[in-house]
Amino acid sequence: MYVAVKGGERAIEAAHEWLAEERRGDTALPELSVAQIREQMALAVNRVMAEGSLYDPDLAALAIKQARGDLIEAVFLIRAYRTTLPRFGGSEPVDTGAMLPDRRISATFKDVPGGQILGPTFDYTHRLLDFKLMAEGEAPVARRAEPRGEPCPHVLALLDRDGLMEPQTPGEAVPPDLTREPLEMPAGRPLRLQALTRGDEGFVLSMAYSTQRGYGRTHAFVGELRIGRVPVEMEIPELGFAVEIGAVELTECETVNQFTGSKSEPPQFTRGYGLVFGQSERKAISMSLVDRALRWEELGEENSGAPAQDAEFVLYHCDNIQATGFLEHIKLPHYVDFQSELELIRRLRAEALGQREAAQ
Amino acid sequence: MSQDHVLTGGFAAPPQEAARAFRAALEAMARPGRVQMLRGAEPPEPLSVAAGTLLLTLCDTTTPVHLAPSHDTAAVRGWIAFHCGAPVVPAEEAAFAVGRWDALQPVTRFAIGTADYPDRSATLIVETEGMAPPNATLTGPGIELSHPARLPEIAAFQANRAGFPLGFDCYLCVGPEVIGLPRSTIVEAL
Amino acid sequence: MTEPLSPDQAARRDRMGILARAEAAALAALMPPAPAHRMLRAPEVGAVMVRGRAGATGAPFNLGEMSVTRCSLRLETGEVGHSYVQGRDKDHARNAALIDALAQRPEGAEIERIVLRPLAEAEAARAQARAEKAAATRVEFFTLVRGEDQ
Repeated sequence: MYVAVKGGERAIEAAHEWLAEERRGDTALPELSVAQIREQMALAVNRVMAEGSLYDPDLAALAIKQARGDLIEAVFLIRAYRTTLPRFGGSEPVDTGAMLPDRRISATFKDVPGGQILGPTFDYTHRLLDFKLMAEGEAPVARRAEPRGEPCPHVLALLDRDGLMEPQTPGEAVPPDLTREPLEMPAGRPLRLQALTRGDEGFVLSMAYSTQRGYGRTHAFVGELRIGRVPVEMEIPELGFAVEIGAVELTECETVNQFTGSKSEPPQFTRGYGLVFGQSERKAISMSLVDRALRWEELGEENSGAPAQDAEFVLYHCDNIQATGFLEHIKLPHYVDFQSELELIRRLRAEALGQREAAQ
Repeated sequence: MSQDHVLTGGFAAPPQEAARAFRAALEAMARPGRVQMLRGAEPPEPLSVAAGTLLLTLCDTTTPVHLAPSHDTAAVRGWIAFHCGAPVVPAEEAAFAVGRWDALQPVTRFAIGTADYPDRSATLIVETEGMAPPNATLTGPGIELSHPARLPEIAAFQANRAGFPLGFDCYLCVGPEVIGLPRSTIVEAL
Repeated sequence: MTEPLSPDQAARRDRMGILARAEAAALAALMPPAPAHRMLRAPEVGAVMVRGRAGATGAPFNLGEMSVTRCSLRLETGEVGHSYVQGRDKDHARNAALIDALAQRPEGAEIERIVLRPLAEAEAARAQARAEKAAATRVEFFTLVRGEDQ
């Protein structure tokens, strides 16, 4: 049986028109500008940049406006847009140690060179709704102090110096890119980190939480969390040397994890790592916990069968665009598929009823 | 090195010209042996217009290019660096290779893909002397009956076909003219 | 890179960095009249894959792309200017390439004074403002001393 799939164009057009009208909302109220979203919904913009895998605050703000605030839809728009851009190349790895941090805290050492800098944080707020914000016109001003100009080295470098941290492996100069080559298992750490940094914040958060609740426990401490801008440098083929092409705001989280040693490694501290576009610290902490959980094999640890230790499970399910694409397609017409289901059930029922009657 | 040849000769209107050239390049591979025109690039000698246009259309920083000795000049290297950004690499690592047929030898060095990923193979952009007179007959996918062609050699293309679905693919260029010779084409001497 | 940069190359690297990080409107406001020039590569919007390192110092990995606009042009007097600037502003890219070319002319010192230095100062002022706000949120721990034998 063949079911007509034409028609519906006028209904679709009308639906899109209505969508546009609903997006605008009450025209008695002023329209939101993209710049307003960029400045005042900055953390939503950051999330769309991180999961959309494109650092461009104006475009992310536009996507949020177009998507009526549906952030996954906005991420989808950004992902679609980025595929249209020619790629000029890859940057040199960013040097987060050279960051002038807006925020920098360590949960492992009280006194660290450069100090504990709280930055513009929600921490220590009382999570009480601030009804003053319902009235407009406030322009709060932050207080200032004289910077000390001290260097802000990575906290884990201090442990590294004492030989208590696992050594880092240098890796390949050009890392694998899952936006160009399909994800294959087993996936090395660079590929896993790329998947996690663009993964859905809610999914990565839940996976990280599951490790804290005992499903693949890794005893994580936040060695350091820092947020700030870092310059991005790229080698220009026609010049033959690297120049700075801009700067991006990043959130970096390094966890220190207890490690009692394995057959191949002595007892030492191990690392989990999170690095995310924008000010996205929940995501960066989550990423570092999941990164560490996924490292069980290379560290010679036991696989306890926890979901967060299963690279295939985590990496194939963390992308919200892949997930939503597959999930939401089931609402689209499946008339032919379902027709065959219907016929099958009718036949099975007829057979079953026939057998019952025959038995009687 | 004079920058004149290096920094000029790209597409004047990249989106339109690249789209047109890409269409012609697809057409060439889809209909092996049938001549297509590729214009837009003004590359430095000894690159032909067709070869230069293919490089502008198909190559970027993620497609390593091998330059055969016939084409490994400072001007060609500089032109590719500026207009494509593609790294220049040894034959074994190349996604694309450019040169005269004799300079590309031995072609057994080029990637032919793997059983899982036959697409991880090289595409050879071969500069030739001309499209006539024909010395070979082409048959196979994309050819209704058979098609005459002028090839620089017969045996190498027969050997390449024998490894199908693995193998390299070729564009043969002269001036602005190009024909495609994919690995699927069966080549017989005329 | 193995070879150290020549003084000209180092100056160009610094200049292109300042132009890339500058605000497009600030650069536009400082632009001298554009000299006659020809486009070698008209302003083109694209992306650059930003990389990080696992554990900040380990193996490189791909973090995500950033939008970048690039432009190359040649002045009638022969100097070639290149630019790679963050974002999608084609005027920003063209202005940056013009300044890169003009800085190679004999009046380069003038360009340095009227364009590049003000941009660098504006950038430093922005960084200073953030650093001052960050400094105000720095925690000053103090230890409570108990007992009487002080």
